[in-house]
Amino acid sequence: MPRVLVCIKHSLNVAELSVDRETGRVVTAGAPRKMSDFDRNAVEEALKLREAGWEAVVITVGDEEAKMALREALAMGVDSAYHITGDELKDLDTLATSYLLAKAAEKLKPDLILCGEASIDSFTGLVGPRIAEWLQIPHIAYVRSLKVEGAEVIAERSLEDRIEVVRAEMPALITVTREINEPRIPSIMAIMKASKKEIVRWSAGDLGVSTEELERLRAVGVLEVRAPTMKRKGVVIEGESVQEIVEKLVDALVQEGVLP
Amino acid sequence: MTGVWVYSTDFSLYGELLTKADELAEKLGAGTAALLIGRDVRENADSLARMADKVYLLDRPELGWFEAGVYAEIIYRLAQQHEPDLIIVDSSRRGKELSARLATKLKAGCIPDCLRLDVEQGRVVADRMVYGGRAISTQACKTPAVVAVAPHAFEEKKLEKAGELVEVDVDVPSPAVRLVETRTKEVSGAALEEAEIVIAGGRGIEKREDLKLLHELAEVLNGEVGCTRPLAEDRGWFTDWIGLSGHKIKPNLYIAVGISGAIQHVAGIRDAKIIVSINTDEEAPINQVSDYIINADLYEVVPALVDAIKRRLGR
Repeated sequence: MPRVLVCIKHSLNVAELSVDRETGRVVTAGAPRKMSDFDRNAVEEALKLREAGWEAVVITVGDEEAKMALREALAMGVDSAYHITGDELKDLDTLATSYLLAKAAEKLKPDLILCGEASIDSFTGLVGPRIAEWLQIPHIAYVRSLKVEGAEVIAERSLEDRIEVVRAEMPALITVTREINEPRIPSIMAIMKASKKEIVRWSAGDLGVSTEELERLRAVGVLEVRAPTMKRKGVVIEGESVQEIVEKLVDALVQEGVLP
Repeated sequence: MTGVWVYSTDFSLYGELLTKADELAEKLGAGTAALLIGRDVRENADSLARMADKVYLLDRPELGWFEAGVYAEIIYRLAQQHEPDLIIVDSSRRGKELSARLATKLKAGCIPDCLRLDVEQGRVVADRMVYGGRAISTQACKTPAVVAVAPHAFEEKKLEKAGELVEVDVDVPSPAVRLVETRTKEVSGAALEEAEIVIAGGRGIEKREDLKLLHELAEVLNGEVGCTRPLAEDRGWFTDWIGLSGHKIKPNLYIAVGISGAIQHVAGIRDAKIIVSINTDEEAPINQVSDYIINADLYEVVPALVDAIKRRLGR
């Protein structure tokens, strides 16, 4: 049975982050998290393959709580879930994260690997192509439609100025955009059943990756995260009539010197 | 310290990227190099030689189509020979894919979508937007490093160099991905990044034909029309959008029409000088980042605004 592996991230739910007014820092400790949006599209695409006879497997690198994303993917319908975790995996950058996922892929031997275009929190878009590079397999980015034909995958990818239809031999890695599908919402029953399913735990050591190796692969460190200052005037323009309101706006824009 | 390299998938960005590269190379006590790779690109070598200490040229007929894996392998082989400290790529979709693959070949760190870029104590330090535009993250990367820089993040200055043209001899690997078909997108947003005035529509616009309201306003203001991601992706009215994952713009005047102001959208308009919001929802997040707010029906406000501007500007 051909196997599709989906790499997902339990991301910060960026819509619900708050800013500490005193320090201007974004509060991330204890902040709400969820499966990254684009990863949900990747899971949905894997489930479509599953309906065509594939086995769908999901994997993540993350802390204990990251299991929530795996549970959600199980509830959506994937067959099994793998959790790469451990204290030594804190604050990994994309170089190390992608290496662990590539090592796991070597064990799981998927025919196809799917990732979201980027995670909603850090939004680098690096992990997918990096995995492909570690594994020396073809990579197709920004894919908005996908089909498998024999031993090949055919994908339509969306670049800024062009749409390209490309093909590659499997195994291959595909990163998908939100346009590719509408992810299903699992039923309460499915969620309950998924909560009882086993999740396989792997440490870095289980994947043959030593602590020293992980340290060598730490290339990028975060020095500071702060909320951008965006000072705006916030003037609400009111008036008796729409005409009066727009006249006031035009006055203001002339004052600002922004009208041509 | 052997230098700062620049490769851009968009030729027009070499000026700004090499200006930055020159500033960083000076701090490192090193030189700059522009990588000119592709088919029929030789004619551009002279103009790049005026902007960089070296131009590495690879002009091959089989490089007519950009496949990131092939370009990453070529640049990697050059980097193995010359060991640059930093490779700067443009942050387009092609550029980002290239930077990820190249950085992995080099076992190097990569920082995409840089808004600020510097070297401090031998490390590359960059700012980028994270958390859907809610925060700016300052990150440090050991060298060698690969970064992808957002378009127009840096100013272009005139560089007066007489760079050396080096023809490189690298075997072009065969692509692992093959092109079946390509078609041009109807690009509506290319002018957005240059526009002084941008009028953008959001989900408050009910029907496609109502976009003419925005076009009328854009016409009297000599501006461009853009939109939020849902209007492009979900409704298919535009090919591209303004926001974190789309165009990041910095016009003098931005008028948000029927836009709620999801943070991902706001991330794309952060650098606008003046933001006006027209929205019936007083609680809409866009109002918190606007200079002038009109809480009224866009279908009444926009035509009235068009008339008022016509009168004022005598058009």
